Amino acid sequence: MRTEGRPARRRKRRGKRAAYLVLLYAAAVLTAVIVLAPFAWLLISSVASPVDLLARPLKWIPSHISFDRYTSIFHAGTNDAAADFRSGMINSAIIASSSVAISMAVGIFGAYAFARIDFRFRRTSLLFFLSTYMLPPIAILIPLYLTMVRLHLLDTKIGLIVVYCSFITPFVLWILSGHFRTIPRDLEDAARIDGASRLGALFRVTLPLARSGLLATALFGFLLAWDEFLYALIFTSSAQAKTIPVAIAEFQGRFTVDFGLVAAGGILAAIPPLLIAFAFQRYIVSGLSSGAVKG
Amino acid sequence: MPGAAGTALLLLIPSLIVVFGIVVYPLGRTLYTSFFDVNSPFPGHYPFLGLGNYRRTFTNPAFWAAIRRTAYFTMVSTWFELLLGILLALLLNARFHGRGILRAIVILPWALPTIVNGLMWRWIFNPEYGALNALLTQLHVISNYRSWLGSPFLALNMVIVADVWKTTPLAAFLLLAGLQTIPRELHEAARVDGAGAVLGFFRVTLPLLVPSILIILVVRTIEAFKVFDIIYIMTRGGPANGTQSIAYYAYIQAFSNQLFGYGSALAYVIALFILGFALIYMRLLRTEFAY
Repeated sequence: MRTEGRPARRRKRRGKRAAYLVLLYAAAVLTAVIVLAPFAWLLISSVASPVDLLARPLKWIPSHISFDRYTSIFHAGTNDAAADFRSGMINSAIIASSSVAISMAVGIFGAYAFARIDFRFRRTSLLFFLSTYMLPPIAILIPLYLTMVRLHLLDTKIGLIVVYCSFITPFVLWILSGHFRTIPRDLEDAARIDGASRLGALFRVTLPLARSGLLATALFGFLLAWDEFLYALIFTSSAQAKTIPVAIAEFQGRFTVDFGLVAAGGILAAIPPLLIAFAFQRYIVSGLSSGAVKG
Repeated sequence: MPGAAGTALLLLIPSLIVVFGIVVYPLGRTLYTSFFDVNSPFPGHYPFLGLGNYRRTFTNPAFWAAIRRTAYFTMVSTWFELLLGILLALLLNARFHGRGILRAIVILPWALPTIVNGLMWRWIFNPEYGALNALLTQLHVISNYRSWLGSPFLALNMVIVADVWKTTPLAAFLLLAGLQTIPRELHEAARVDGAGAVLGFFRVTLPLLVPSILIILVVRTIEAFKVFDIIYIMTRGGPANGTQSIAYYAYIQAFSNQLFGYGSALAYVIALFILGFALIYMRLLRTEFAY
């Protein structure tokens, strides 16, 4: 009896293990499909002919593929929506990278203070910075608009950069201070015993060690700025400052006939953030979670 | 040499200027405006209403309808994101071939700009040419094409679908980070004690994920309560105001109807709602971290 029971039990366990693996891979495939299918459809829509897109029953695989919509975006005249779209990409790139650069430059010092200096109200003041995130943009939108008119900053890239820094900086403080805290204090203390000043130790010891955290923070800030919509919608109106989300929203309004063109625009606008996320997934995720968990 | 507080203040001054230099004056000005009957963007003399705009807010059925919709959106989307996020995190933490690729794929919806996400789903939900209608008809799930964004309550739920698709990855990755900090020995100890996989999850894993879960609840609740972009691009608050969130309602009052005084009062009421939520969650966070 006993000698028969053992292989049976082992077989049963092996059966259980196989069922688990089947379930696991099925779940992985299902997840990949749910995530990728909408992207795939957007991509197909951007290269399929309008006839295929409007067919019923719908043809999932287009009969022929054309990149005309992409070329039309790049070769369009200077005063139509496609031109707005092109300048929108450039404006978004300039505004996002400038606001990240400024936010990082000021935030590094603040994050260092939160991570390394014990002062009264340390936690409270970090929360104070983070509380700005709870404000609905509408609470500052109207007076900010009027101020910008007075300072001639309306519809300028600089105006938008200034506003973006105000919401990126709190994130820099939060994520980066969490990151600085993961770096051993002893290394810095050693440098300071050797005669380095506090700032010298920050720049020569802590920052080089925090490279991955700095990268994660900067990329996260870039994604935040690239995604912002409401401020840009209210504060910009012409090609000299309009960002890509605003250009796309208007694009959608104008080209209701051919959705393929909107899809092509959407794909182009999505490429920079998607590439960043795909390539630096590890950095961004670990940076975010170390800030979130240890901050 | 200045003391610790002095050094800290010195290091914080640039951040203080960049953040509060922008925010403080407009915030005060909005508060001031909320006490007046301002109906144009230009400076001038407007009648003082005291708390009139606030009274008007709380007695307005349209305001409460928008609050109800926003609360529904916030609760349903946040809980779905959390639930699916936990399942996804468990999947991404399991060992299988292609896990690295799957992780890189799963982050993509989160990186997609909200505006592009909105137009993509609006196209998928299109009543005449949409992929969802085509898919469900070809699978014989539905017999006729439907107008997914055409009736108020259905539209609200479809916007939630688009939002959950985009934001679940972030929840999943924060939870995954939490999962990875749980020592393997704990799972093994649970197994030795005879706990199965399911019981082990509820007894061992879930309690240790509580800090990550609370952070997701706080962040997502705040975000969802402020929801504007995806509604602007997918439905413009329609049909029949069925998807008009509180932030969108305030935007319409201030910018379309030029009711700046009323819009300002609304902005403060929204901020107070969010603050209330945040304080409740933060109390929870503190008790959790006290362990």
